Amino acid sequence: MTAIAFPKPDPAILARRDEIIAGLAALVPPECLVTSEDERRAFETDALTAYRRLPLAVVLPRTTEETSKVMAFLHGAGVKVVARGAGTSLAGGAIPQEDAVVVGLSKMSKILGVDFADRSMRVQAGVTNLAISNAVAADGFFYAPDPSSQLACTIGGNIGMNSGGAHCLKYGVTTNNILGARMVLADGAIVEMGGDWLDSGGLDFLGLVIGSEGQLGIVTEATVRLLRQAEGARPVLFGFPTSEAAGACVADIIGNGIIPVAIEFMDKLAIEICEAFAHAGYPLDAGALLIVEVEGSETEMDAQLQRIVEIAQRHGVSTVRESKSAMETAAIWKGRKSAFGATGRVADYICMDGTVPTSQLCHVLEKTDEIVKHYGLRVANVFHAGDGNMHPLVMYNVNDPAEQEKAEAAGMDILKLCVDVGGCLTGEHGVGIEKRDLMRHQFSEADLAQQMRVRAAFDEGWLLNPAKVFPLDGRTIAATSAR
Amino acid sequence: MILSPTSEAELIEAVRAARAPLAIEGGGSKGGLGRPLQAQDTLSLKNLGGVIFYEPAEMVFRARAGTPVAQLEQMLAEHGQMLPFEPMNHQSIYGAAGAPTIGAVAACNISGPRRISHGAARDSLIGVRFVNGFGEAINSGGRVMKNVTGLDLVKLQAGAFGTLGPLSEVTFKVLPRPSTQATLALHGLDDARAIGALCRAVGSPFEISGAAHLPAGILGDAPRTLLRIENVPESVVYRLGELQKIVGGGDTLDAAQSEALWRQVRDVAAFASPDARALWRISTAPSRAVDLVRRVQQGGAVAHFYDWSGGLVWLAVETGDDARAADIRAAVAACGGHATLVRAPVDLRARVDVFQPPSAPLMALTRAVKASFDPNAILNPGRMYAGV
Ligand SMILES: Cc1cc2nc3c(=O)[nH]c(=O)nc-3n(C[C@H](O)[C@H](O)[C@H](O)COP(=O)(O)OP(=O)(O)OC[C@H]3O[C@@H](n4cnc5c(N)ncnc54)[C@H](O)[C@@H]3O)c2cc1C
Repeated sequence: MTAIAFPKPDPAILARRDEIIAGLAALVPPECLVTSEDERRAFETDALTAYRRLPLAVVLPRTTEETSKVMAFLHGAGVKVVARGAGTSLAGGAIPQEDAVVVGLSKMSKILGVDFADRSMRVQAGVTNLAISNAVAADGFFYAPDPSSQLACTIGGNIGMNSGGAHCLKYGVTTNNILGARMVLADGAIVEMGGDWLDSGGLDFLGLVIGSEGQLGIVTEATVRLLRQAEGARPVLFGFPTSEAAGACVADIIGNGIIPVAIEFMDKLAIEICEAFAHAGYPLDAGALLIVEVEGSETEMDAQLQRIVEIAQRHGVSTVRESKSAMETAAIWKGRKSAFGATGRVADYICMDGTVPTSQLCHVLEKTDEIVKHYGLRVANVFHAGDGNMHPLVMYNVNDPAEQEKAEAAGMDILKLCVDVGGCLTGEHGVGIEKRDLMRHQFSEADLAQQMRVRAAFDEGWLLNPAKVFPLDGRTIAATSAR
Repeated sequence: MILSPTSEAELIEAVRAARAPLAIEGGGSKGGLGRPLQAQDTLSLKNLGGVIFYEPAEMVFRARAGTPVAQLEQMLAEHGQMLPFEPMNHQSIYGAAGAPTIGAVAACNISGPRRISHGAARDSLIGVRFVNGFGEAINSGGRVMKNVTGLDLVKLQAGAFGTLGPLSEVTFKVLPRPSTQATLALHGLDDARAIGALCRAVGSPFEISGAAHLPAGILGDAPRTLLRIENVPESVVYRLGELQKIVGGGDTLDAAQSEALWRQVRDVAAFASPDARALWRISTAPSRAVDLVRRVQQGGAVAHFYDWSGGLVWLAVETGDDARAADIRAAVAACGGHATLVRAPVDLRARVDVFQPPSAPLMALTRAVKASFDPNAILNPGRMYAGV
């Protein structure tokens, strides 16, 4: 695919490659510096694999201080920097450029301290999301945001994207679960934001940095909020004849004052794909499926599920499967959690990520179908219904350039639709390069200019992940200039 | 002069016309909060009110900044919903007549006891519209719960005390109001044992939505340690029983008693006006809260109580020369945390840092970010830090 533009690499930087690498080599040991073409290949893309750019070099610092030295050097040399966690971004947020150095956090994956009384944990930014929860699981605690990529993705990347997960309906997304962070600024200065307490006062820089996609600094450590696991969790699986019925059921559950921990939605095609892959026992005759999970003691879950099943019955539910065992629970979730992987086995796909007001879900599903059909493609829908965060998977053949273009165009149309019904371009995956050129559909020039001035307050020279988030033309550079 | 725009267009006009600093105000309930500023004109948002939409099924509303919080709470209650973060009402500590507005709750990031389980105002605030120093109306966020599109200026605005521009509209997500509540009260514990009990309870699976310790003399003669549960009746009963096993007994306050008591905790009734002592609000880690208070006590008497499982300390001290700022800043530096001087005479608030001074690089960023919104320093300059 070539539709999304990258800025032209700066020839002056490319010409100084040897000198820049020599400068880095003076700061970190050889095992922390990747320069050969072969090894740099591993860093040329993320989960938006249709786009790739080989970075100038890759540095893998081991400490905050090392990161600071590297950043100060690159700043002095005027070299662009792309922060990288595990490279699982679906928006191209971690894709490098030829004149940029990747700063990867993979050598900083230690857990630094856990405090159960204060319910907090200090970690290095390269630790994986799942490793955090695993480290405290035996003590009955967990870290709430659980992206499906949690086995691989890092807490630094989660902070970069303000990632969500299946359980954020109840527990919130990354920004609601981070208490503090240490960050290296563009010029190498080290700042500490927040702490291991709630509400730090002053301007909420932590809140600004979360979701800033590596444009404001390199996060090297974070303090995350731990939560106590519920006594038990149990999903129920509903099959409905139509998407409309499933959508109406979601609205009715919430309208009745029930906030389950998760409400996940799959349409017919997604059901077929996931069932073929995971053999989870999904109802193949259903037009749509919901997974609703509740938490509490056995009696509490019984009571909640009973209310939820009653509501589902009012909406003509055709299949009801309450989990009766841990194995059944795992099976119900297995299909959902492997949805992206399972789809990937059937076809190449791009995963859209718009959020819409929940009242618009059915309308948007219908329109999405029309849009995709118009381009002669297929779409599977699997998403977080409770919060309106849609994930249409537009399927295409990566080896057919014409089809790729159609898939991208369909994706863009879907995202515009999300904005037009009162939603947004991205609920949890971030803008990256993928939605960069759609930003004007959601924001006015004045809105974007204000964001870019804030960005410039951190990075006057636009050295940090510069090709992302904001349209390449019309960038406001100076921190205080009017448009 | 007091400027009271009744529309966003008039608000923009007022900002564009300003040649000297404007003091931004909502309903006037929190005039005592923050540094006093030298401004000829006041920009009041109290006439810029009204609900723009409320969608109970989507659990979201948008209102103009000047809408009274009380009006919104009533609107939500009629649909069995609530503001999750339980915002404190500052009228009682300031003895102020003005009614709190939703814009000020957002701008000052005002939360209450339920913050411990449901997050702060900033966590429920999903969209803002404001006017920057260029006189432009700026949108950030929106009306949906999950939104990571662009830089999150919503978070910057929450807690910026108007220094980045007056909010014209705010959008909050809301939650169903639990059908009932009850509170488990433990009696006679000293601070350390009380906070130990609170932390054990909060670290249980029973979803505590309020965890406070009131030492002797605070809303009663003997110490009380309070744990609130909000849920359906059967769960409240079951969870109270389980909690008693964890913390070793305690007796129960029913829904009405519980509600009344938590309102007092929320509004810091123990130090209500006419009490005029200086009042500090300190965030810290629960496990260090008692040590922090002990350090301040070494320099002289204080009255105090804890919310948020010990993570929020309210301290009342004699006003004196500096409201004990030196002691308190030293204790906070040693224990970690964040202290704000919430109540003190105006001359003292001009002399003593009201907000905790940020580290040098964060202060530099604060200046740069302020300038990116308001390069001519028209909007509430100096409300948070001198010269910013
Ligand atoms: C199969 C699959 C399923 C997924 N499911 C979900 C899901 O359920 N929910 C969800 O929200 N996302 C999901 N994602 C997207 C992705 O996993 C998240 O965006 C994740 O947070 C990225 O983490 P990472 O470590 O891979 O970061 P990267 O992809 O390496 O980087 C992401 C962004 O953060 C920046 N960044 C990385 N580290 C740092 C740092 N230390 N300091 C500053 N900036 C940094 C990068 O520059 C980049 O802009 C999924 C992805 C895949 C492939």
